[in-house]
Amino acid sequence: MSKKEIKNQADGQSISLEEIFDQKIAQDEKIEPKDWMPEKYRKTHIRQISQHAHSEIVGMLPEGNWITRAPSLRRKVALLAKVQDEAGHGLYLYSACETLGVSRDELYEQLHTGKAKYSSIFNYPTITWADMGAIGWLVDGAAIINQVPLCSTSYGPYARAMIRVCKEESFHQRQGYEIMITLAKGSPEQKEMAQDALNRWWWPSLMMLGPTDAESVHTAQSMKWKLKRKTNDELRQQFIDQTVPQAELIGLTIPDPDLKWNEEKGCYDFGEIDWDEFWQVVKGHGPCNKERLSARVNAWEEGEWVRDAAMAYAEKQEDKKLKKAI
Amino acid sequence: MKNENKIQYIYGIADNALILGQRLSELCGHGPNLETDIALTNMALDLLGQTRSYYQYVAELSGEGKTEDDIAFLRTERQYKNVLLVEQPNKHFGYVITRQFLFDIFHLLLLEKLQNSEDERLAAIAKKGIKEVSYHQRFSSDWIKRLGDGTKESHQKVQEAVDDLWTFTDELFHSTEEDQIALDHKIGVDTIELKEKYYQKVKEILEEATLSIPETKWFQKGGKQGIHSEHMGYLLSDLQYMQRTYPNMKW
Amino acid sequence: MKNNWPLWEVFVRSKNGLEHRHFGSLHAADAEMALENARDVYTRRNEGVSIWVVESKNITASNPEHNGELFEPANDKVYRHPTFYDLPDEVKHM
Repeated sequence: MSKKEIKNQADGQSISLEEIFDQKIAQDEKIEPKDWMPEKYRKTHIRQISQHAHSEIVGMLPEGNWITRAPSLRRKVALLAKVQDEAGHGLYLYSACETLGVSRDELYEQLHTGKAKYSSIFNYPTITWADMGAIGWLVDGAAIINQVPLCSTSYGPYARAMIRVCKEESFHQRQGYEIMITLAKGSPEQKEMAQDALNRWWWPSLMMLGPTDAESVHTAQSMKWKLKRKTNDELRQQFIDQTVPQAELIGLTIPDPDLKWNEEKGCYDFGEIDWDEFWQVVKGHGPCNKERLSARVNAWEEGEWVRDAAMAYAEKQEDKKLKKAI
Repeated sequence: MKNENKIQYIYGIADNALILGQRLSELCGHGPNLETDIALTNMALDLLGQTRSYYQYVAELSGEGKTEDDIAFLRTERQYKNVLLVEQPNKHFGYVITRQFLFDIFHLLLLEKLQNSEDERLAAIAKKGIKEVSYHQRFSSDWIKRLGDGTKESHQKVQEAVDDLWTFTDELFHSTEEDQIALDHKIGVDTIELKEKYYQKVKEILEEATLSIPETKWFQKGGKQGIHSEHMGYLLSDLQYMQRTYPNMKW
Repeated sequence: MKNNWPLWEVFVRSKNGLEHRHFGSLHAADAEMALENARDVYTRRNEGVSIWVVESKNITASNPEHNGELFEPANDKVYRHPTFYDLPDEVKHM
């Protein structure tokens, strides 16, 4: 390919596009949509950004499950606004992905046919109100740890989307933790509800930070492209260290008998994660995989006539305008 | 005007916002696409925001340490005074938009009058609401046109919704005893006065949307007296679930 | 694929006195809907006082492969910048 090589006119030496690209990344310069990029970079980004987008919109479902049953008006509007934000974040991320030459409809297609993945945590059911607290506190907490470093990732549109996402998400975790505080300070039933939610969401939240470094296939390359700044295990440790004191503060117990402070390392030791469960859910056998996917597919299919109508109307209006002009 | 009368009058306005807000919030995450999903939720948030302003006022009026949540969640079905229109289910997007449209046109006319209420609180809530509801009306009217004058399928679907929901429009203008008392005290709005304008506006937009106006002369009523459709009980069992199951707790 | 809503670019003025800035993109069937969607998606937190939308296909962009010829010639035109000119120290502000 002639495109691959360009002349560096100053010293007459050839430098490949790939080398220029690598230099840019090394110098923390951003890559923008029309810039040359290796195919693998493009593909990896489509995969990661779309997975991220899918996670946002599938993530609307478990919480959406409780909007109509929220226990107070204040909680209802906060939850509604939060779930709506997730739609917004999905939208920003799909838009970022579209700059890589793939349409949102194609991405939906991948989601609906099960070809694309989304965060497995959303395949767990939300069975009590306290789950709204646990999700906001733990799941959003883990998500923030994952996302903050992405604000300075190498692909411009992704980094910009993440800056907006992180800014907007700052209330999400507080919203959840506040629910937990209220429950933990409440009646014995409420406290029990909070503890039960923590018990069920703790381990899936740890898994959410990804397989252990030894098992993770993408880490090295992702580090280079700044799709990742820290390894999964480092992120997990960070999450645990920040969350344990928050649980203690409100009198809840982390459901891990092996959890204890390691003075020497300056962080918490924790128990074995059940990776069999993780892979089972990833492979589609979690408690709600089917429901989540079918909810997405239904919304899309039932919306088809609506989308078609809007397009048909727009075309008619355009025709009318043209006729008037003639 | 006695507080109890005023409270009942406010229910007649506020419960519409609560119940329609609740209906719209059922859709969050299930819209025909992301943009529309977000837009519908914005309307739900506006309506629930209005609900809270009204109920906080009611809570103050009723004293007894009541809160907005007692009012929202702990009444019996017969005590909710919303019109039948707003409790109708989200059968499909055509129903969602038609219900919204038929209510928005009324809602805006109502608030435009209510902002002149001699009750300052109500006037202020109305004033703020007008901006929100003007946008709702714009949104739902635009969508009525898109669906009506879109494809054959969409035309038929939205026409079906208009035909079905038309029967609930007359109730919007019914005047209850509380309405009359509120009107006498220059606090309330004379809804009958709004009727002509309402149908004129609605018909104008339906015509533009190439939809036909139903000819029915039979209208349903009862919501304003607390006699609701069978849908209402299910809506309330979701809405009230937590407060009923775990009474007297803080959330 | 005929019925897919096209992509629009959204520009928002955060407050009077500032320029419209590119905020992101979205899908809409027509311009009116693009404006409404932009309002609902990008100004939920009071971010704007004015919105522009333009269908993405109507934007003509420069090609980064031509960045050399387009932008590098401006690099050495130092005389366009005030620091190029020597002034006696006594002249403090100019």
